[in-house]
Amino acid sequence: MITFEGVTKRYADGTIAVNDLHLEVPTAEITVLVGPSGCGKTTSLRMINRMIDATEGKILLDGVDVRTIDPPTLRRGIGYVIQQAGLFPHRKIVDNVATVPYLLGWDKSKARARAMELLERVGLDTALAERYPFQLSGGQQQRVGVARALAADPPVLLMDEPFSAVDPIVRTSLQDELLRLQSDLHKTIVFVTHDIDEAVKLGDRVAVLRVGGTLAQVADPATLLSAPADDFVREFLGRDRGIRRLSFVPADLPLRTDLTVPDDADISKVAGVAAASGLTWLAVVDSGGRPSGWVNAADLPLSGTVADLRLMPYGTFVAGRDSLRSALDAALLAPSGGAIAVDDEGRVTGVATAGALAAATSGIAAEGVGTGRG
Amino acid sequence: MIRWDWIGRNLPEIRELLGDHIVMALLPILLGLLIALPLGLASVRWRRLYQPTVGIMNVVYSLPSLAVFIVLIPITGLAEQATVIVPLTFYALAVLIPSVVDGIASVPTHVRQSAVAMGFGPMRRLLQVDLPIAVPVVLAGVRVATVSSISLVSVGALVGRGGLGYLFIDGWQRQFPTPIVVGIVLILLLALAADGLLVVAQRLLTPWARARSSA
Repeated sequence: MITFEGVTKRYADGTIAVNDLHLEVPTAEITVLVGPSGCGKTTSLRMINRMIDATEGKILLDGVDVRTIDPPTLRRGIGYVIQQAGLFPHRKIVDNVATVPYLLGWDKSKARARAMELLERVGLDTALAERYPFQLSGGQQQRVGVARALAADPPVLLMDEPFSAVDPIVRTSLQDELLRLQSDLHKTIVFVTHDIDEAVKLGDRVAVLRVGGTLAQVADPATLLSAPADDFVREFLGRDRGIRRLSFVPADLPLRTDLTVPDDADISKVAGVAAASGLTWLAVVDSGGRPSGWVNAADLPLSGTVADLRLMPYGTFVAGRDSLRSALDAALLAPSGGAIAVDDEGRVTGVATAGALAAATSGIAAEGVGTGRG
Repeated sequence: MIRWDWIGRNLPEIRELLGDHIVMALLPILLGLLIALPLGLASVRWRRLYQPTVGIMNVVYSLPSLAVFIVLIPITGLAEQATVIVPLTFYALAVLIPSVVDGIASVPTHVRQSAVAMGFGPMRRLLQVDLPIAVPVVLAGVRVATVSSISLVSVGALVGRGGLGYLFIDGWQRQFPTPIVVGIVLILLLALAADGLLVVAQRLLTPWARARSSA
């Protein structure tokens, strides 16, 4: 655990970068520091590994004041990932990754073997090992940066806007990769970003800082989105806070199992199912149990089978795993306004009706009343 | 116009002059590097030193070489290598000190910061990160200094020690162009060869620098 105890950073000219920061960074979790530029998030990060020393207050690393540890020793035990990757241009990729093991005096072949293992772990082809950084794309360089930070297996990882210099598609894949790595490695990660979407996606906890270096709020993403502490946080979270919040709500929806018909059923049977359920939109399921589309029972020919009908588009969500946002997204793809629930193999397990979705979202809104507006 | 038989007869002497020329041209570069490295690093560390250092070096660079050679004669002696090597070392410094400073400045901030964050101590960072990355810029300075040093040596002929420059005086005094042509061609070839070797050395030393601007 990393603890900030009343930490202030004041520069000689009187500028205050960080003001009386109290914050706990729990072990094996991702804590994101987010805020506009000038909020002291990078300064706070760099005070942990003493690239900057605090003016007042203490930073404890598992109870030990970092000021009592010699900086190079401290830093070799803390992984660090920087925005433009900061790779050494004159060293091959494998040697870049092995930097800290070399500094720690590991045997060269052991350090290189470890580096190769990490390249694989971060999803890079080991054929890149003998190249130089300039021969890699920005996204690949950033992965090398992550591998380098992990090389000596430090318990703590500091990440300073590591993904903000790459394009959005690469950024998304790097974020997913980080979450995947973290689910194996359980590092204590402090992640700095100015992008609230990134903060909410990656953080177990998100600390919002305001200009002048004060902490505005620290909470898990769902709480942050549902109950912003003040106008600054609310504004910083942005206008689509409501819809983003649904990402953190599980899709615990009542599923109807009486709203499906096989794709070879007779028209008369479709009419019967519709009449029995009282609803006109039915989900069509193929012989393998997978969804094929929606049919509207209010608009049926007099005879024939489902195969003769024009099926309407549909969306699915995995019941018990996906968020309410995914279910809502699936519903928005279908003219029926409902979402088809499937299991991990993609077989239909039921249908969430438009009414059920509306009830679920209005329930969320009701929870938010009194804690937020807008 | 060229008397080939003269060249044939004087080959041993020409070879000797060439050897002398190479030593007097290249030794100042080596000495210059040895001095420029600490002075350049000190200028990076204490920025206030940089402007005065460069200022003094530029004044030295502007002194006519012949005047400096003559002033040095009482100290280092007439027709001695040192009379040429000392001033040329100063000329080399005028080019090399800024090169070292620019070379260190060419290390990108994020690279330097990540070196600090990885746990490099100051000395290790200098030797393993800053200096290797500075090599292409420093070598560019070495190329300029080397070529200019090779051409400047010949002025030393006026104080009795100018390597191939002796051929110019000899040819002019005797109104005999062959030695002059031989001198010019050899100095030119020497400059080209030295520069070519430096380019090859740079390729070998810094295989990572070829697409540097994009990295």
